[in-house]
Amino acid sequence: MSDLSPAPSRSKGAKPTCFQELILTLQDYWAAQGCLILQPYDMEMGAGTFHTATTLRALGPKPWYAAYVQPCRRPSDGRYGENPNRLQHYYQFQAILKPSPPDILERYLGSLEAIGIDTGLHDIRFVEDDWESPTLGAWGLGWEVWCDGMEITQFTYFQQVGGIEVDLVAGEITYGLERLAMYLFDKKTVYELPYNSASSEVPLTYGDVFLQNEQEQSTYNFEHADTEMLFRHFADAEKECGRLIEKKLPLPAYDLCIKASHAFNMLDARGVISVTERQSFILRVRDLAKACCEAWLTTQTAKAA
Amino acid sequence: MAELLLELLSEEIPARMQARAADDLKRLVCDGLKAAGLTFTDARAFATPRRLALVVDGLPVAREDVSDERRGPRIGAPDQAIQGFLKGAGLASLDEAEKRETGKGEFWFAIVTKKGGPTAEALPELIDAALKALPWPKSMKWGSGTMQWVRPLQSIVALFDDKVLAGEVAPGGQMAPIKFGDATRGHRFLSKGAIRVTGFADYTAKLRAAHVMLDVAERKRIILEGAEKLCAGAQVTLRVDEGLLDEVAGLVEWPVPLLGTIDAAFMDVPPEVLIVSMKTHQRYFATTTQDGLLANRFVVVANNVTRDGGATVVDGNERVLRARLSDAKFFWDQDRKVRLEDRLPALKNIVFHAKLGTQAERVGRLAKLAVEIAGHVPGADRGLVEQAALLCKADLVTGMVGEFPELQGIIGRYYALSEELPMAVADAIGDHYAPAGPNDRCPDAPVSIAVALADKLDALVSFWSIGEKPTGSRDPFALRRAALGVIRMVVENKIRLPLRNFFKADDLMAFFAERLKVQMREKGVRHDVVDAVFALGNEDDLVRLLARVEALQSFLGSDAGKNLLTAYGRAANIVRAEEKKDKGLAARIAGAPDVVLLEQIEEKAVVSALADVERTKGPALKAEDFAGAMAALAVLRAPIDAYFEKVTVNVTDRPELRLNRLKLLNQIRVTMDSVADFSKIEG
Repeated sequence: MSDLSPAPSRSKGAKPTCFQELILTLQDYWAAQGCLILQPYDMEMGAGTFHTATTLRALGPKPWYAAYVQPCRRPSDGRYGENPNRLQHYYQFQAILKPSPPDILERYLGSLEAIGIDTGLHDIRFVEDDWESPTLGAWGLGWEVWCDGMEITQFTYFQQVGGIEVDLVAGEITYGLERLAMYLFDKKTVYELPYNSASSEVPLTYGDVFLQNEQEQSTYNFEHADTEMLFRHFADAEKECGRLIEKKLPLPAYDLCIKASHAFNMLDARGVISVTERQSFILRVRDLAKACCEAWLTTQTAKAA
Repeated sequence: MAELLLELLSEEIPARMQARAADDLKRLVCDGLKAAGLTFTDARAFATPRRLALVVDGLPVAREDVSDERRGPRIGAPDQAIQGFLKGAGLASLDEAEKRETGKGEFWFAIVTKKGGPTAEALPELIDAALKALPWPKSMKWGSGTMQWVRPLQSIVALFDDKVLAGEVAPGGQMAPIKFGDATRGHRFLSKGAIRVTGFADYTAKLRAAHVMLDVAERKRIILEGAEKLCAGAQVTLRVDEGLLDEVAGLVEWPVPLLGTIDAAFMDVPPEVLIVSMKTHQRYFATTTQDGLLANRFVVVANNVTRDGGATVVDGNERVLRARLSDAKFFWDQDRKVRLEDRLPALKNIVFHAKLGTQAERVGRLAKLAVEIAGHVPGADRGLVEQAALLCKADLVTGMVGEFPELQGIIGRYYALSEELPMAVADAIGDHYAPAGPNDRCPDAPVSIAVALADKLDALVSFWSIGEKPTGSRDPFALRRAALGVIRMVVENKIRLPLRNFFKADDLMAFFAERLKVQMREKGVRHDVVDAVFALGNEDDLVRLLARVEALQSFLGSDAGKNLLTAYGRAANIVRAEEKKDKGLAARIAGAPDVVLLEQIEEKAVVSALADVERTKGPALKAEDFAGAMAALAVLRAPIDAYFEKVTVNVTDRPELRLNRLKLLNQIRVTMDSVADFSKIEG
């Protein structure tokens, strides 16, 4: 059956019906809340928090409202595309509001309303969940937000980043997009999610876009990644990062910290890091993150003064 | 008389912190009131996920002036003391103080008058101090502020005598102060806008209308009643879990219990897995069928009254549970494809402790130790014990235990059963971590006992050997629990285990003794009786040790025992008093008295009674007939009483006679102390 009329474009206020509309809706919503809409950081990272727009901008005296999608790579979570909801590559949508406004929870609940979660029908709960990132030397207090028993968001008030107590507290809101979409669109597996609208010219599912990637990347991560090369990459990145800190270049230094962190995650997935070594690798990444954050902070206070 | 109403509205407070915070708020405000000389009749505190509230009744509307007198230093005291006194009393100079004769000399006195006035003027400062002092287990700052609270504080209701108190809390930074007011908010989703209140009665009524149940006891009651009603309708029984109930009541302001269904596809997964998954991940209550098996229904407590009567909420929760349980079922199906025995090599990759090697090495030690212990456990087949010990940690490398670590052991038992290993082996795998606490079931099957004892003794001996001994505040490897577990298993199953065969460290034996003492004290055994038996030293068979404690306790409860103790006390007191005066005496009165010097018939009677005791007590102790040994002591009482009546010990003119008599008294002490150290018994 063909429908000759053009596919309707997304109208303002309409509830999302597919993965990409979910992203667009969240972008529109947080843009209207005064957030910059940034693009993903162009490096492999384990969570949206690693984006400079969060880790570095959370420090220093300058206000900062931003939102962005960040692809996350967690090599150990790969399941060769065979698990309905575990992926080695997935997306987070992140909003960061610094300083956290008094009505930040109301604004967050507004975003749920925008993506089609009607609080007149659902049960939303804020369950204690304190967040800590050993590799970033960061921690904060907050909740996981439950919708009918499912965690749909991680909400954190940053207290410390890179081992440094924050000047202004950022409220960080992280939506796990695939999981949220599976809930909204009632799909049992991530691969069945409609990526674009069912009425578009070339309707595709999440599986059409990413299944092969999950299969190949899982195979690479678990079976073929060259561990000697990865150890070398880790050491190189660590060394270069230190050198750049000395040159007072926190941003490129931080890129190398991210590289080291990803090399560590890959080595971890390959199972070549023993329990005791694991701790020492985490500490080494943390030392880099700390040094980058400290160097970044000096650039911030200098300009502010 | 007037009422104080205080409410602190914040973003969601962690469930586990609410009750304690309400108590702390009450304590701090009440202490402040008392310190300010304000009396009251009653104070009650409440907590919900979003608020702490406190109502104090019967406060005076105004306070009288209070004058307080302070004595300072003596007239003419050094200037430093004078200055300290002036500063402490808030006086500018000695002109404001007065001199007074006290009978012990002339002293400076300060009369400090605290102005009274309206109570409403004293309260804001007191509330502010209480908020600053409130100790949250974890607190944070927010926005640009510097104030610490559990989560961002949003508003404060502070009413006294139905009027708003003048006051505010400043979060700091660029943040607007939070002014005391009369406005709060109701339920996050079931109420809109501000609610203005005039007093506690009005407050609770308006909150209820705004879908907030202030009292956690009421929320718990509604959850239980509602859940039980739902269960009755579905012909299942609620599995009440107090800890879960407490937590759930702290997650909702308006509890709405709903009944969901577990997908039939998951009902063949072990019930423990379903229960743990529902409880820890989802905070659901499990239910049971009439024959006590896990039923396919669960209760979820929502915090919302929805338009469709909860249909969407139940549907969503069932979906989430399905996803959770499909993980569990996946592990259940996959794990059983590999035998426990074939998992043993993987234990080489798990570090038990950096200094204590891998789990594989530990399992090797356990197997050896368990077999050795089995020799002391009647009915424990060594082959089965060794098999169970070798396999007991194999489930640590299964997917299921990776996902649900709290099911270690339990899962191993299921997998052993599905491999059709002997039941005793499966049970020992399942039981070997037990008992996990004083209320946990203690293993009672022979194979289980041997493996469970090995698990704990190995942990104690190993951590001891690397210097990881528990301290008062730190016991990261739960060694106290391990020692108590050993004690319970040995005592409850009457296992004759010579602990000394298993370790050399004296302080580890002392550690056991300390745990045993604590445990007996909790059971109401007199601590002095315990001390009297422990003072004998060298006892490493806990069953024998306890039998002696029991015999002594019951002996001391009898008239014969009480009287003998009095006699013992007299003898011991005289010897002790003399020993105090004469340092070298103790050495000279050791050993038996000289028969030649026994002049009076009463002396001879005691010596002969002591000889009788020596004859009967030895065999009784050997046969572990401690009651018999105590009874044998009882014959001493009459001769000792007669001795004290007729014989003078401290004969001044004949030192050799005095010494011999002291020897006799000492001998009484020595003989009795060989059964139990009676000097430790408190009259």
